[in-house]
Amino acid sequence: MKMILELSKVGISFETPRGSFEALKEVDLKIGEGEFISLIGHSGCGKSTVLNIVAGLLQATSGGAILDGKEVYEPGPERAVVFQNHSLLPWLTAYENVELAVKRVFKGKKSKAEMREWIEHNLSLVHMSHAMDKRPDEISGGMKQRVGIARALAMQPRVLLMDEPFGALDALTRAHLQDSLMDIHRKLGNTVIMITHDVDEAVLLSDRIVMMTNGPSATIGEVLDVPLPRPRDRLALADDPLFNRCRQRVLQFLYEKQRKVQPISLPIDSKKKNKKEERKHG
Amino acid sequence: MSSITMPGWIEPYLSVVKGEASRAQVAQLLRQIGLPVLGLLTFIFLWHIAAQRIDTSLGKFPGPSDVSQQVSTLYAEHKAGRAKEKAFYQRQEVRIEDRVAADPDYVPVRRDYTGSPTFFDQIITSLITVMCGFLVASVIAIPLGIVIGLSTSVHAATNPLIQLFKPVSPLAWLPLVTMVVSAVYVSDDPMVAKSFVVSMITVSLCSLWPTLINTSVGVTSVSQDLVNVSRVLRLGWAEHVRKIVIPSALPMIFTGLRLSLGIAWMVLIAAEMLAQNPGLGKFVWDEFQNGSSQSLGRIMVAVLTIGLIGFLLDRTMLGLQRWLVWDKQSAQR
Ligand SMILES: Nc1ncnc2c1ncn2[C@@H]1O[C@H](COP(=O)(O)OP(=O)(O)OP(=O)(O)O)[C@@H](O)[C@H]1O
Ligand SMILES: [Mg+2]
Repeated sequence: MKMILELSKVGISFETPRGSFEALKEVDLKIGEGEFISLIGHSGCGKSTVLNIVAGLLQATSGGAILDGKEVYEPGPERAVVFQNHSLLPWLTAYENVELAVKRVFKGKKSKAEMREWIEHNLSLVHMSHAMDKRPDEISGGMKQRVGIARALAMQPRVLLMDEPFGALDALTRAHLQDSLMDIHRKLGNTVIMITHDVDEAVLLSDRIVMMTNGPSATIGEVLDVPLPRPRDRLALADDPLFNRCRQRVLQFLYEKQRKVQPISLPIDSKKKNKKEERKHG
Repeated sequence: MSSITMPGWIEPYLSVVKGEASRAQVAQLLRQIGLPVLGLLTFIFLWHIAAQRIDTSLGKFPGPSDVSQQVSTLYAEHKAGRAKEKAFYQRQEVRIEDRVAADPDYVPVRRDYTGSPTFFDQIITSLITVMCGFLVASVIAIPLGIVIGLSTSVHAATNPLIQLFKPVSPLAWLPLVTMVVSAVYVSDDPMVAKSFVVSMITVSLCSLWPTLINTSVGVTSVSQDLVNVSRVLRLGWAEHVRKIVIPSALPMIFTGLRLSLGIAWMVLIAAEMLAQNPGLGKFVWDEFQNGSSQSLGRIMVAVLTIGLIGFLLDRTMLGLQRWLVWDKQSAQR
């Protein structure tokens, strides 16, 4: 498989009022073209930070991300991001939101009619053709996330970066969107890095699951191959021994090897995150 | 009939007319119309009572009936003024025709009518001045606010100045503005009157601040997510401002504009009074100096007019805001 993206010895420290905080240390990862990678780990371990470094939104303190042989040092549409809370411009319709991206990326490369067709094509990929002319406050959370995905896909990115894309959705909507995403991934063969908190989601969607240790100085703990054949069907997989074995491995990593012990002093906002997580996991 | 869609607010009225209003609809109507009318009537009644008990050196304080009488007097004066003006121009034309007939080489000289402005002329003058001053203020404040909001260094550099000048009353600016305009604005054939320029600049200086501050706050609080979207798309500076920053900040900009227009109107009246510049403020001052038995009634008419116009200006801005701003929630009040 051809390598498309490489993280080599990525480390990052944040300057805080209480001194330097090392969030990531020596993160090494190679990603092949067309691979679907999930990043999983406890809240606050640094998953978003990894993704933002790949996106170019954050600058690594040491090491770096290399895309197609070139080091990444600023954001760009070839690394499209689907943000956790959709990040659609609220004053534009679904169509116009995608149009903004398409106009930037394909200016001078596509004619007006071609752009129109491309926008509509991407909205139909995520099943949003019927609500193209609605604004974000007129559509549901799941629909907004679909538009966000359409916007990212429309940039024809080399790598699609998704930060908990379905985190804020209910279980049913999430399952729908996961199926859509699997479908799109099969059709287009995008390279995808997705952050998730959901073990089932990670196993269902990924080729490999990257499990991160707890911070500070978080790094990659284990990488699990998911050799399940595609297309995958969530109902059939429920009883599949291989699926359950993969699931088991991730759960073991999260709840045995990386059991979250509450450190005594944490930066304020990760304390908040821990509370959120305690509620989530009972 | 049912195929025609009516705006929502008409519905309760229709049902009342048709005699099929529900209890809730009647109650809603009472709240919407009944209570404001009740408030107004109570005010007029109390005003009437109070007016009779206040004696001034110019007679009793004007009550509602004096005021309504003065309204018609002012209107009559306005009509008379207009008739005089028309007659003046007619006479002038006749005179010119006669002279041209007698001497074909005569180059006609036309003079402007110089009668004193009526109450309604003063309203128009004030409205034009306030709009110009407000426009100048907005044209300065919005771009400046955007720059301040975008750059923390510009913000740090300008913040002390803004805090220093924001609370300055128009009365303090007025002498300075008057002197500077007199010194700088010299021309034999001025396009606009000097007094107009003085009033306008004073209005601008005082009404600048709410727009400036609200715009910069609106720009500062653009969501980080949207900024990230802009970075991923590699939008250039101008496009970032046009497509992300301005739409995000528009609700706040409008909040600022509405505050500014309110201040502009208040400041203008004060400036006109103090500087004797034409407009409603001068009308009030002249009547006060005049000191006839009708003066207080006429001043009261001006007071109510000033309030009404201020209210209408605010409603106009609100309408504009509703029309232009995507975030309809921000334009509720
Ligand atoms: N700008 C910053 N300044 C200081 N510390 C930061 C900053 N951004 C992140 N951190 C810290 O880095 C660590 C990793 O944060 P990050 O947001 O990447 O976690 P995460 O794994 O994405 O968590 P979650 O699953 O809750 O989204 C946290 O402890 C956080 O407090
Ligand atoms: Mg995160």
